[in-house]
Amino acid sequence: MSILDVRDLQTHFFTDAGVVKAVDGVSFSLSAGEVLGLVGESGSGKSVTGFSILRLVDAPGRVVGGQINFKGQDLAKLSDREMRALRGNRIAMIFQDPMMTLNPVLRIETQMVEAVRAHDRVSQKAACDRAIGTLAKVGIPSPAERLTAYPHQFSGGMRQRVAIAIALLNGPDLIVADEPTTALDVTIQSQILAEVQQLARETGTALIWITHDLAVVAGLADKISVMYAGRIVESGPTDAVLTAPGHPYTQGLLGSIPGHGRRGERLTQIPGMAPNMALLPDGCAFAPRCTRVSDTCRSRAPEITAIDPARSLRCFHPSVTMTSIT
Amino acid sequence: MTPILELDAISRRFEKKLDSVERLARRLGADLRETCVNAVDAASFHIQRGEVVGLVGESGCGKSTLGRMVAGLLPVSDGVIRYEGTDITDAKTAAAREKRLSIQMIFQDPMSSLNPRMKVAEIIGEAAVYHGLTTRREVAGYVDELLRKVGLDPAFAQRYPHQMSGGQRQRIGIARALAVQPEFLICDESIAALDVSIQAQVINLFQDLRRDLDLTYLFISHDLGVVEHIADRVVVMYLGRIVEIASTAALFDVPRHPYTQALLDQVPRLGAGRQEFRTVKGEIPSPLNPPTGCHFHPRCPMAGPRCGREVPRTLTTDGHSTACHLHDGGVA
Repeated sequence: MSILDVRDLQTHFFTDAGVVKAVDGVSFSLSAGEVLGLVGESGSGKSVTGFSILRLVDAPGRVVGGQINFKGQDLAKLSDREMRALRGNRIAMIFQDPMMTLNPVLRIETQMVEAVRAHDRVSQKAACDRAIGTLAKVGIPSPAERLTAYPHQFSGGMRQRVAIAIALLNGPDLIVADEPTTALDVTIQSQILAEVQQLARETGTALIWITHDLAVVAGLADKISVMYAGRIVESGPTDAVLTAPGHPYTQGLLGSIPGHGRRGERLTQIPGMAPNMALLPDGCAFAPRCTRVSDTCRSRAPEITAIDPARSLRCFHPSVTMTSIT
Repeated sequence: MTPILELDAISRRFEKKLDSVERLARRLGADLRETCVNAVDAASFHIQRGEVVGLVGESGCGKSTLGRMVAGLLPVSDGVIRYEGTDITDAKTAAAREKRLSIQMIFQDPMSSLNPRMKVAEIIGEAAVYHGLTTRREVAGYVDELLRKVGLDPAFAQRYPHQMSGGQRQRIGIARALAVQPEFLICDESIAALDVSIQAQVINLFQDLRRDLDLTYLFISHDLGVVEHIADRVVVMYLGRIVEIASTAALFDVPRHPYTQALLDQVPRLGAGRQEFRTVKGEIPSPLNPPTGCHFHPRCPMAGPRCGREVPRTLTTDGHSTACHLHDGGVA
């Protein structure tokens, strides 16, 4: 059974320049222990999707439509108080820059104990023990001593581990991770990926991993959703999407990644640049950059269509053939 | 053939002197010492004309410091930099200064390296006029041509940096570097801040410019995929020292140094299927207090007693240099 089921989520920002549809009809679902890679470039709406699930979107933004079913209840309809009880408890978030999310003037201990006791009526001692246990789980050496340190006394990688430990404190059912390894070195990134992978497997926590780097989710995620201009344009099992991408944007992204076996060759580049979200074209948002564009694409927007039970695409001219669905 | 650029054991130290209060405290018995960081420690390598050399390493390994010394933005503590055989370490002579003009740098963040109050035409044209490569009257045409060369519409000349996207700003940074007709470009994480699709456009641009203008690059990056794609040879640094230099093919197919092997193991790759992420233990140590002997030995799976005692020599066979005891008589 799915833990999270997002249906037709719409988050709009009401700015002076017009309404920006940052998230425009996003749907996906996630089961226990499953890892979803939410991939897109800057401005594609991937982070706003994550923030919307936790109801952290600030004015002028607002979730204007859709359902966010988390274990049977619609998060969009909860009161602020009910939402607070879930946030940091059943649903946690990890942000890109831990220096911005950890309080610089409080010891790690204070911050972790506070997070435990906000949701659980336990003693200070029990909360401390749980904090030490979680720090050890994310690979922080001598956690009991490190607990009394301040955030600036940790290195970047260690700080991100502390942020992950805080997310794990209450054993959440769902973690939303927003580019948590983007600012880190490859060696530290792979340490953190290894730990997250193990944790998802052991605890059955579902994970949404938001990133611009297809290579990171290639090794981590069970399934991938690719976003462009506020919409999911392609989703499916990781292997299928990476080996046989159907949407021209996914193909362009994959072609843009330099890597093994293509030394010195010309990269296939996507022409043009990401659209201005306040002035999206009629029809398909990707049409101005697309190599397979036709008149249909310019006049109306394609719907998301399932090509087999696990895969769906939003394109009039996909490069994988439709199989009949029964 | 004389290499276009030769680095002969260049070092850069950053020292922090004690202030008067700290000196007093030391006199009263406090354990205070002057701190010194060897950001770059006796780095030697050369670059041939037309070559692209990638410089990789984790943050804090000294790769940007090395790039800045080559560009003349930071003085060199020790060692000699030669450009086409001429010593340009201090740029004291007119000849050395002229050679320096042939070396230009493209920075990581175009938003902080372009003056926000100048129009694109001024940003690109200023240095060219100063160095007499064009005249004030002809500068507009000169700028138009440069903008076309980096794939931008000449109409951009009348805009300010904030009116452009990240990819376009980076192209302005490239046009500015090209304005003084350099032969040698230092790219310091020049594409790290760009989105994947824009990154591909800029990588292709670098390769087109290399072909059309016969450029040589020192390409500094933490992204091994990008370096593998663009470089002919790769230099790997760890904590201020060069640990391995090899052709791109040799380095990525048969890396010799355990650090390079570890780095390559950890690059997330497409098509590897669901990956088991393997990890190097620990983190890069503080350069204030580096480990003795080989800097990598506390994290190295192959380390032996000799690694903590002796700094490894750099040995070269078949154009592939490595500084590791494993390739020099063993670690025992």
